[in-house]
Amino acid sequence: MENVGALAVLLAFCIAIYAIVASVVGKLKGRPFLILSARRAVYAVSFLVTVASGILVYALMTSDFRFAYVAGHSNRDMPAIYKFTAWWGGQEGSLLFWSWLLSTYSAVVVFQNRRKLREIVPYVIAVLSFVQVFFLTLNAFIVSPFQMLAVDKVVTSVADGLGLNPQLQYYAMAIHPPMLYLGFIGFSVPFAFAIASLITKQPGDAWIHTTRRWSIVAWLFQSCGIMLGSAWAFDALGWGGYWMWDPVENCSLLPWLAMTAFLHSVMMQEKKGMMKVWNIVLVASAFFLACFGTFLTRSGVVSSVHAFAESPIGKYFIGFLAIGISGTVYLILDRLEYLKSESELESVVSRESSFLFNNLLLLASCFAVLWGTLFPVISQAVTNEKISLDAPWFNRLMIPIGLGLLFLTGVGPLFAWRRTSVESLRRNFMIPGLLACLLAVGLFAAGIRNYWAIVSFGFCLFVAATIMSEFFKGAHAIGQKNQMNFARAVVELTHRNTRRYGGYLVHMGIVLMFVGWTGTAFNKNTTAEVNVGNSFSLGPYTMKVADLNQGDNQNYKWESAILEVTKNGSPIGTLEPERRFYKASQQPLGHVALRNRLDDDLYINFASGEGRTVTLQAYIFPLVSWIWIGTLILVFGTLIALVPSKVARQYARTQVVGLAEKHVPVEN
Amino acid sequence: MNKYVKFSALVVVVIGTLIWLASANIQDSSTYYKTISELNQMPAKAKEQRLRVGGDVEKGSITRKADVVEFNLQQENMHLRVSYDGRDPLPDTFRDGAQALADGRMGPDGVFHAHKIQAKCSSKYAAKPGEAPAGLKAVPPVRKTI
Repeated sequence: MENVGALAVLLAFCIAIYAIVASVVGKLKGRPFLILSARRAVYAVSFLVTVASGILVYALMTSDFRFAYVAGHSNRDMPAIYKFTAWWGGQEGSLLFWSWLLSTYSAVVVFQNRRKLREIVPYVIAVLSFVQVFFLTLNAFIVSPFQMLAVDKVVTSVADGLGLNPQLQYYAMAIHPPMLYLGFIGFSVPFAFAIASLITKQPGDAWIHTTRRWSIVAWLFQSCGIMLGSAWAFDALGWGGYWMWDPVENCSLLPWLAMTAFLHSVMMQEKKGMMKVWNIVLVASAFFLACFGTFLTRSGVVSSVHAFAESPIGKYFIGFLAIGISGTVYLILDRLEYLKSESELESVVSRESSFLFNNLLLLASCFAVLWGTLFPVISQAVTNEKISLDAPWFNRLMIPIGLGLLFLTGVGPLFAWRRTSVESLRRNFMIPGLLACLLAVGLFAAGIRNYWAIVSFGFCLFVAATIMSEFFKGAHAIGQKNQMNFARAVVELTHRNTRRYGGYLVHMGIVLMFVGWTGTAFNKNTTAEVNVGNSFSLGPYTMKVADLNQGDNQNYKWESAILEVTKNGSPIGTLEPERRFYKASQQPLGHVALRNRLDDDLYINFASGEGRTVTLQAYIFPLVSWIWIGTLILVFGTLIALVPSKVARQYARTQVVGLAEKHVPVEN
Repeated sequence: MNKYVKFSALVVVVIGTLIWLASANIQDSSTYYKTISELNQMPAKAKEQRLRVGGDVEKGSITRKADVVEFNLQQENMHLRVSYDGRDPLPDTFRDGAQALADGRMGPDGVFHAHKIQAKCSSKYAAKPGEAPAGLKAVPPVRKTI
């Protein structure tokens, strides 16, 4: 069976190469049957990679320990769900998973456009297949998941596997990697369309319209993936935090930042025909940063607390990135004249300018994160000293950038296109501005002296107020006109322009996440060594160790402390932090006890226990729940933006001197 | 004023501020990475700065005294005695044979005083590709020689 798997990967590799050749030759020579065969080749690759993945998953589920991969990442007593997730729990499997998702995406794209866009689809097939060939090269020749265990060329198996890393045996971790991968790989579709439209010198924005939903869906998956990873770090790792600017975290953030910039700047191209080169640069950056992230986490170039393999695939990735990036740069430079802007900036206080600064800040943050992550490599190359930049460096840069972006979130959507009058500024921003100032003064009076926090809360209220007033004004007008009650008018308003109001909801989610992040400024923590019967306190909470418990199951042994918790003297229940010892991997792991409330989270980690004495770490995280609430609203808003608008409105493009007048219907 | 001048001025101000933020006080938030052999070759004075040293935890070398954990970091055949007196309990992944990173300063006694330890389990997720349990080795599925 393993031979069938390896053969499927090998065949898929050959057919993907055929797809590149057939689609390009078919297009250049005008042979429709070749293009048709290239389309079918894409389906065939998808089928073959699915077969290979099925075999690996079957081996994992049936604990076939002849497979080196299965023996290394699974064991008999692991719950079935984690046996399945071991598919992407290790290097070889996760690369096969990459290939599988890419092949599925490619097949869907080809099917969706089977009767459309005949000009560019052959090149889309070529670009996607080129990426696929690279990943299949890794799967077939470099890190094959179908390696068998053998002694002297006789295949054998081991009695039991090593098990999945216990830290990964957690619900968020079961879905976090596939979410990230869905996002990462989703970027390859808009990228392929952008490149294809460059190659064919398409004058219009067809690639942007075709891939708008792809971009948003990919962005949504990636946002979920990052936040699930963050939630996992918070709930499962026990180091008391959700983000520490570790290289692996940064790698997931980089393409997200580029894609966020892209989602904003495409509006400039759709509405005004500006920033065409920029958009292609952004979508290509997002794609290459996603590949770069996959490479960095597997190559051991920068050290990370996340244990990943040092493996031979680094040089292949560098080769792939070098070819891809130089090809893209060449194409953009060669086609510059097809990408001329159709209008000009008119005023510093305008929608255009707010988009421009939004992009500037997002790109600056992307560059800063990249710089900080690669600083050990850069400094070693320049000064021969390996220097790493720590979390305080990132925070010092990212807090002002984040606040700047938050501010633009508030003002940008209310600026008019082209230029904004003083009168409209006053009308739109007077009340939110006043509210924000009042809040800031109130917080200062309440004794808060963390100025970043005051500014951040002020901005949060400002942005929230502008968004609410947009909904209120729009819904009020509709309600008056159509005799609707307010709630129905809000739904009607949103339905009329889902993209705009969905976008506002996403902004609202971001505001709530900022509220949660700002809570970090007021974190408290303590470490206490306590005997059973004694208590310790942190902030308003007092924890009394009532008893210790222990037990055993197939997967792990555990011991726990039963804590009676009181807040300001009144009892609020018990918490039971736990410490587990996983048998297969011989690894201990804390299981944090959490009390989530909207005002703050109490977080207790069982660090170690000896006899009747336990060492406990307690943390208070004010407002942290708002990060997760904000994430849910962000997801909801993005889904709304994906719903087609009720009224497909026509937008006239600004007429530009020197270019023929165009009235392109644009879905808003 | 020309609008492009205004734009450029704003962009320059934003980027300038960020560069200033990125480069000012960089010493406070940066750590020098050293291997044990590099550490041994450093002049005495240079050893006083904040350093981060990486290596494997030597098997059987972990000793726990009141409030202090001592262990040896090992890299090939070089050893470094590390004394950890930080406030936080050691991470779960810290144990014999794990890869560890110690943040701290070199003491005059030749012992590295760490205030922070990071560790990762070297056996899992990080197994070298194709590496298998003892006695076995991984081979590609099609083994016949043609």
